[in-house]
Amino acid sequence: MSTQFADDARETTTTTDPAPSLPPLSTAGFGRWMWRQFTSMRTALILLFLLAFVSIPGSILPQRGTNPVLVEQWIDDAPTWGPLLDSWGFFDVYAAPWFAAVYLLLFISLIGCVLPRIGQHWKTMRTPPPVAPRHLGRMPEFDQFTVEVAPGEVLDSAQEYLSSRRWRVRRSAPDEGMWLSAEKGYLRETGNLVFHLALVGVLIAIAVGGLFGWRGNVIVKEGSGFSNTLTQYDAWGGGRLSGPENLPPFAFTLEDFRVEFDRSEAQLGSPRLFEADVALQREPGGEVTSERIEVNYPISIAGAKVFLVGHGYAPVFTVTDAQGRVVLDDSVVFLPQDGNFTSTGVIKIPDAVPPIGMQGLFLPTTALDEVRGPFSIFPEADDPSVFLSAWTGDLGLDSGVPQSIYTIETENMEQLGLRAIIPGQTWDLPEGAGTVGLEGYTRWASFQIAFDPGKEPALFFSVLSILGLLASLFIRRRRVWVRVKTSENGTTLVEVAGLARTEAGELPVEVAGLATELKGRT
Amino acid sequence: MNAIDLAEASNVAVYATMVTLTFAMVAFAVSFAAARSVDVPVGVSSSKQQFGSSVLVADQPDAGSSPFEQGRRAANIGMSLTWLSSVLLLIGVTLRGMWAGRVPWGNMYEFSITSALGVLGVFLIWSIKRDLRWLGLFVVIPTLLTLGLSVTVLYTEAAQLVPALKSYWLIIHVSAAIVCAGAFTVAASTAGLAIARTRGENKGTADKGLLRNFPSAERLQVLTYRLVAFSFPLWTFSVIAGAIWAENAWGRYWGWDPKETWAFITWVVYAGYLHARSTAGWRGDRASWIAILGLVTFLINYFGVNMFVNSLHSYAGV
Repeated sequence: MSTQFADDARETTTTTDPAPSLPPLSTAGFGRWMWRQFTSMRTALILLFLLAFVSIPGSILPQRGTNPVLVEQWIDDAPTWGPLLDSWGFFDVYAAPWFAAVYLLLFISLIGCVLPRIGQHWKTMRTPPPVAPRHLGRMPEFDQFTVEVAPGEVLDSAQEYLSSRRWRVRRSAPDEGMWLSAEKGYLRETGNLVFHLALVGVLIAIAVGGLFGWRGNVIVKEGSGFSNTLTQYDAWGGGRLSGPENLPPFAFTLEDFRVEFDRSEAQLGSPRLFEADVALQREPGGEVTSERIEVNYPISIAGAKVFLVGHGYAPVFTVTDAQGRVVLDDSVVFLPQDGNFTSTGVIKIPDAVPPIGMQGLFLPTTALDEVRGPFSIFPEADDPSVFLSAWTGDLGLDSGVPQSIYTIETENMEQLGLRAIIPGQTWDLPEGAGTVGLEGYTRWASFQIAFDPGKEPALFFSVLSILGLLASLFIRRRRVWVRVKTSENGTTLVEVAGLARTEAGELPVEVAGLATELKGRT
Repeated sequence: MNAIDLAEASNVAVYATMVTLTFAMVAFAVSFAAARSVDVPVGVSSSKQQFGSSVLVADQPDAGSSPFEQGRRAANIGMSLTWLSSVLLLIGVTLRGMWAGRVPWGNMYEFSITSALGVLGVFLIWSIKRDLRWLGLFVVIPTLLTLGLSVTVLYTEAAQLVPALKSYWLIIHVSAAIVCAGAFTVAASTAGLAIARTRGENKGTADKGLLRNFPSAERLQVLTYRLVAFSFPLWTFSVIAGAIWAENAWGRYWGWDPKETWAFITWVVYAGYLHARSTAGWRGDRASWIAILGLVTFLINYFGVNMFVNSLHSYAGV
C-alpha cells in the first residue's frame, strides 16, 4: 500500500532514517548527517518533551515576573538553595537561557523539517496523479459493471464528475490504454505545513510584542487623576524598542469606584463586583468622556488598553505638628495584605517640627485576638479603624538612598507611642509632638496599562494554526481510478477503484458515488 | 421551586448518578466475568484474533452461544445504565446551574461533575457509531472516582461568580476544556488497554482471560489516535480562548501562570503523541504511554494547580 504513495510515505521514511548508521567521514558529509538527525522527527519528539519538562519548575517556584516579593522571601528562607537556583534563572524560568535554548532548538528543527517539505509538496501538487494500476480488482475499494456507452464517453463523464468535485484528474495518453486516475486531499499536507509555519508566526508575534510592547501599573485614588507619562507610573516596563518617550498622551480621573462582596456564610468576603468610573480625555485638549472600566472589560486608547487589576483603601488623615501647623490633610494609600483587606501603609512628614513618621494598619472591619493581634474580618468598611505606631526623628529621606513609599526606616527614630483610632477621633501624640486625626477613608483602584502590538498577529497565527491542524488531521489523501474497455458483446466494461493512504474514511462513499454516476449514464 | 429545593434536587441527582453508575460498573464487570468463563476452542479464537476479536462485538459469528449471550446481556445492561446515569447527571448539572443562576462551572465541584458528564458524553456519543461495550468499565470507573471526589472533597455551596469569571469566555473556554477532559480520559483508557493487549499479544496470552474481551492492540491504538486527533485541536482552541480571555481580564494573553504553564505542557505532550504516531519505533506502546502522560499532566493542572499552587486560576472554593 505504501508504494502507491511513495511521496507521502516520506512523512515516516525521513524519521526511519537509520540513526545508528555511521556518519560519512568528510566534514560536509558529517554536517549533512548532523542536520538530518537534527531535523528528524525523533529529535523533534525529544525536544518537545524537553520543552514540557523545562516548563515545570516555573509553575512550582515563584517567578519574578508575577510575584517578585515571594521570590525574595523564598531566597531568604533557603540561604543555600535560594541564591543557587536564582543564579541558574529558576526564578525567571521563561526568560532563562536554557529555556530559550530548548524552544529555539525546537523551532530550528521544525523549520529545518518543514522547509524541504514545502518544496516537495509544491512539486507533488504540480505533478499529475500517477498511472492507473493494471489490476484494479486488488484495490480495497472496487466495483465493476458494464454500460452501453462508448469507453471514451464513460471516461469523459468520470472526468467531469470528478473535476466538479475538485479531484485532480489525469487521462491516459492514446497509447496507454483507456483509463483515468484522480487524486484528492493535498490539503492534508498543506494544513500540516500551515500549522507548523503558523507556530513560527506565533513565536515571531510574541517576540514583536516583547520588543515593541510595554506595560505599567499605577494606583489612582478616588477623585485623583492620572496622565500617561512615564513618571506617573508606580512601575513600568517595556521592550527594547518600545519608545517610552512616545506614550499615547491620554489622561483620566477616577471619579467613582464601587466594590461589592458576598455576605453569605458560604462565600463570605468573596468579591462580587468591581467597577471604576473614569472621566477620560483621549488626547490633550480633547473632549472628556465618561467610561466604565471593569474586570474583563478594559478600555482601549490608541492601541493601549487600560485594565482594572486591583483596589484598596486610602484612609484620610489630618496631621498637625508641635507648632499646630496642618502638615497633612489627605488620603494615604494603604496596601491590602489579605482577602479581608487588612491593609498596611505609612505616613512620612519630614517637614513637620519635629519630623513625624507613622506605620499604620487599616482594618475595614476590625477584630482583635490575642494570637493575631488586630486584623480585619470582612473586606467592606463596616467597622473601620486604624492602628498607628508613631515615630519621630530622622526619616532618612535626605540620605540619598531611594526609599519605598510603603515602608519607613525607623533605625534613627524614636517611638512615640501606639494607638488605635476610628473615624472622627484624634490622637494627641505624646510629648506634644502634634495630633493625628482619622477623617474617614476613600478607595483606590490600581490599573494596568498595556500596549502589545504582537497580540493581534499572535491571534491571527493561532487561528491559522488551528485551521491547519484540522486540515492535517481530518483530510485524507486518496486516489480513485477508472479503467474501461470494450467487451466482446460490444458493451463497455467499467472498473472503478479507490485507495486511501491512512484510513478509508469517506472514500467508499465516494467510489460508490462515482460508480452510480457512471452506471446512470447507460 | 425555591433555591434550596433546587440545590437539594441537584445533589440528589448527582448521588443517584453515582448509584446507577455503580450498577453499570458491576454490569460491565459481570459481562467480562461471564465471557471469561467460556472456553473458546483455540482454532476459532486464533482465526479471529487479527480482526480484533472481542466476545462483546456483536457481529461475531459465534456470538450466539449462551455464555457469550450472558456476557453481552450484562454489557447491554451496563450501557443502558450508563445512558441513564448521564441523563441523571445532566439533570444534576442543570439544576446546579439553575440554582446558581449561571453556568455551573464556578468552582471545582461544579467543574468536576460537569467533566464527569463530559467523559460519559464523549463515550456515549462515540458508542452510537461503534460498539464500545468493552470500554464501558474503563469509562465508568474514572467517572465514578471523579464524582466520588466531587461530593466528598470538593463540595461547595453554590455562589455567584467572582468578577474575574463574569465573562462569556467562561462558557467558551471552559466548555471546550470539559469536552477535552472527557476525550483525554477515554483516550487514556484505550491507551492503557492497548498497552495491556500488546503485552498479551507478545506473550501469546491475548486470547485468554480478560484480555480476550478487547479489540487488538493495533485497533486500540487507532482508537486512541482518533480521540486525540479530535481533542488536540479542541484543546488548542481552549488554550487560545483562555489566552483571549486572559488578555481581557489581566492585560496579557500569556503570563506563564501555573495554570497556563500546565495547559501548555499538556498541549506539548499531546503534540508529542501525534508526532510519535508517525515516528517509527514510537507508534505502539510508547505513543500509548504518551497519551496516558497527557492525561496525567491535565490532572496535575486541574487538581495540583487549583489546590496547591498560588495561581490566578485558583477558583477552587474548597
